[in-house]
Amino acid sequence: MTSAATPAAGSGAGSGAKVGPAATKSRRRRRVRILTRRDRLVLAALIGVPLLLDLAFVWFPALASVGLSFTSWTGVGPVHLKSCNAFHTLPGLPKPGCVYGVQNYHQAFTVYPAFWPAVRHNAIWLGVFILVATPLGMLFAVLIDRGLRGSRIYQSLLFLPVMLSLALIGIIWEFVYAPDRGLINTVIGRNQNSNQIDWLGNPHLNLWAILVEACWRQAGYVMVLYLAGLKAVDPSLREAATVDGANAWQTFWRVVFPTLRPINVVILVVTVIESLRAFDLVYITSKGNPLRGLELLSVSVTQSIVGETQRIGFGSALGVVLLVISLVPISMFLWQAFRREER
Amino acid sequence: MPDLSDSLAGSSGVNRRSVLKGIASAAALSAVPGAVLAACSSSGKPGGGTTTSGSGGAASGGGSITFGSNYSDPQPKAAFASLISNATSKAGVKVSVNTVDHNTFQNNISSYLQGTPDSLATWFAGYRLQFFAAQNLLSPIDDVWDKIGGNFNDATKALSKGADGKYYLVPIYNYPWVVFYNKSTFQKNGYTIPKTWDEFISLCKQMQKDKLIPLAFAEKDGWPALGTFDILNLRINGYDYHIRLMQHKVPWTDKGVTDVFKQWQELMPYLQNSANGRIWQDAATALENKQAGMMFQGSNQVAANYSAKNLADLDFFPYPEINPQWAQDFMDAPTDGFILPKKGTNPDAAKKVLEYIGSADAEATFLKTDHWDVGVAQGLVAPTYNAIQKKSVEAISACKSVSQFMDRDTVPDMATAMISLIQSFIDDPSTSNISKIQKSAEDQAKSIFQS
Repeated sequence: MTSAATPAAGSGAGSGAKVGPAATKSRRRRRVRILTRRDRLVLAALIGVPLLLDLAFVWFPALASVGLSFTSWTGVGPVHLKSCNAFHTLPGLPKPGCVYGVQNYHQAFTVYPAFWPAVRHNAIWLGVFILVATPLGMLFAVLIDRGLRGSRIYQSLLFLPVMLSLALIGIIWEFVYAPDRGLINTVIGRNQNSNQIDWLGNPHLNLWAILVEACWRQAGYVMVLYLAGLKAVDPSLREAATVDGANAWQTFWRVVFPTLRPINVVILVVTVIESLRAFDLVYITSKGNPLRGLELLSVSVTQSIVGETQRIGFGSALGVVLLVISLVPISMFLWQAFRREER
Repeated sequence: MPDLSDSLAGSSGVNRRSVLKGIASAAALSAVPGAVLAACSSSGKPGGGTTTSGSGGAASGGGSITFGSNYSDPQPKAAFASLISNATSKAGVKVSVNTVDHNTFQNNISSYLQGTPDSLATWFAGYRLQFFAAQNLLSPIDDVWDKIGGNFNDATKALSKGADGKYYLVPIYNYPWVVFYNKSTFQKNGYTIPKTWDEFISLCKQMQKDKLIPLAFAEKDGWPALGTFDILNLRINGYDYHIRLMQHKVPWTDKGVTDVFKQWQELMPYLQNSANGRIWQDAATALENKQAGMMFQGSNQVAANYSAKNLADLDFFPYPEINPQWAQDFMDAPTDGFILPKKGTNPDAAKKVLEYIGSADAEATFLKTDHWDVGVAQGLVAPTYNAIQKKSVEAISACKSVSQFMDRDTVPDMATAMISLIQSFIDDPSTSNISKIQKSAEDQAKSIFQS
């Protein structure tokens, strides 16, 4: 920092003409490392502002949720750092915000009837996305990548649902599933009062009906990601495989698919996150009123926190459970990403 | 060459800085619309409501207040507007009304009362009132009741009080939960009004033979079926038991609750199928179209949903007797009214308006355009009452006690828990499911009531 070159580094173009090649070399190296006060201020602002925003809008709410999950706060008044046993109210009337220990978690796991169905439905959602939507998207991508006639039209059609908001998709499919005048029941003649199928109301059917909607969109999303990956595959790899006598099946699975590994990781993470944050379709379909058979963790969180009485402590506990589950794929992804950087 | 590298470096430095400047100015630009938005929202009212001023105009020194209303449907909104316009001239207070969608208003009530609420707001009687009064979010209005107390009977007075015995609500109307039917259907088929459970069940059987759905029924909205639980409990176990159950002084695993579900089990074959996927308006339409013979729900819904030309054909009877000990002594008759939020502005002017609203004259004004609710002032028979309303007054005053409906008689969380349990009962009304439901209800009640 104290070398003679330092002042020159900051003063810019003016002094450059008289410096020899050797000095230039050393200066160029230093320019990378040595920053003026102004540069450092700019850097501090560029790093500091996003960091502050990140702390304020991501870390603070996350940690506050964890903290609140150990209280019985109802959103009214301050949170006291005293045990709830210290407060006495008439039964049923809420106590002021107070420390409630792990009671919220205990209630979620044992008493709250929507919890385990919600976990199960989130798992089913994930399973269907991995086993149905992703292979379907991959199939579409491979078919379109082969350059079928009109592939651009297919590509646009299949991608169209991704451009719609999930709320809109929920409304569109309601016309398809409606019991009295919906498309399916009308076509199969089950729209009479005696024989109609209640696709969205029946707790044994509605999750699967919603998953069809979700896959309709997710497959298009996966398709686009894979298409991008396939376009990047070196054509000479395919030619080499063909020359070696591999058929199309072998070429894809043995040669092309392994080179798609980074895309696969991205898709896996996207799939896991999409299935954990599944909310919009269910919320739209049930009009905010929980429909049996459609319990999801995200819906339970919303239901506890939004409403006439706000069980913010309990809702936060459910949110923390969702956070812990989400951390698994996030950590996996970060671990993958950093490992690739190190290599 | 060095020249080049240096000038490149220098120019890139300039570029970087100019880019930064550009970002800063862009941020400043984007802050302008932000400021405009902020200005807009500060003049608007919380909750995104629409503001309509009371028409009276000439406020004679009483000041002006704002009134938060959840009467968002067109007809109640019109009734409320005429009430407010009278209040403006009678109380000498200028009132502007902020109407917010019914459900949005209820869902936001907690943050609304803690934020910047209006001077007055619409709300409900019973436990749902006590819940918010106990959290110190409402102002007591005992001084208003000193003046209007003579207009109301003791039951109404009790409903308007918080758990601390102070008044927090001025009621405006209530409505009965009864069994509706079309007079023409009963005439044509020679049906008679059932007085007892056995008569009720045999009427249902007869209706099925006559290709009618005996009881139109819907539960997609969640709350309508709570009414059936309430009335069965009131008929089988009586009012005191029902209220004690609502306050969790009786466990949900009690035999009395089992009896209620058993009775309901007997009724299930006569209720309209796949109710969990149907909204109540569709069930009411089935009754209006004479596909269904009867429907048990509030007059505030069924009568309000009827078209004017069919309303004359609509009639009702109180739910039939099950246990002779309680006969037909009780029913759900939910009461709506108005509260004074603690953080509201100009409480003195607001109290003047409440004093006016607590009069028979105000209720009659409100009911001019409302043909399904009835006023709660003693002895009020508004000149505009139709047959349904006149009969409602008689039916409610014939009761020894009226409950408010499950979502107003218990903690809201408990009502929410019961909604999903009752939906599961409708899907599977088997005896084994009944015991599962009772156990889950009791477990949840314990955690909700923290006892």
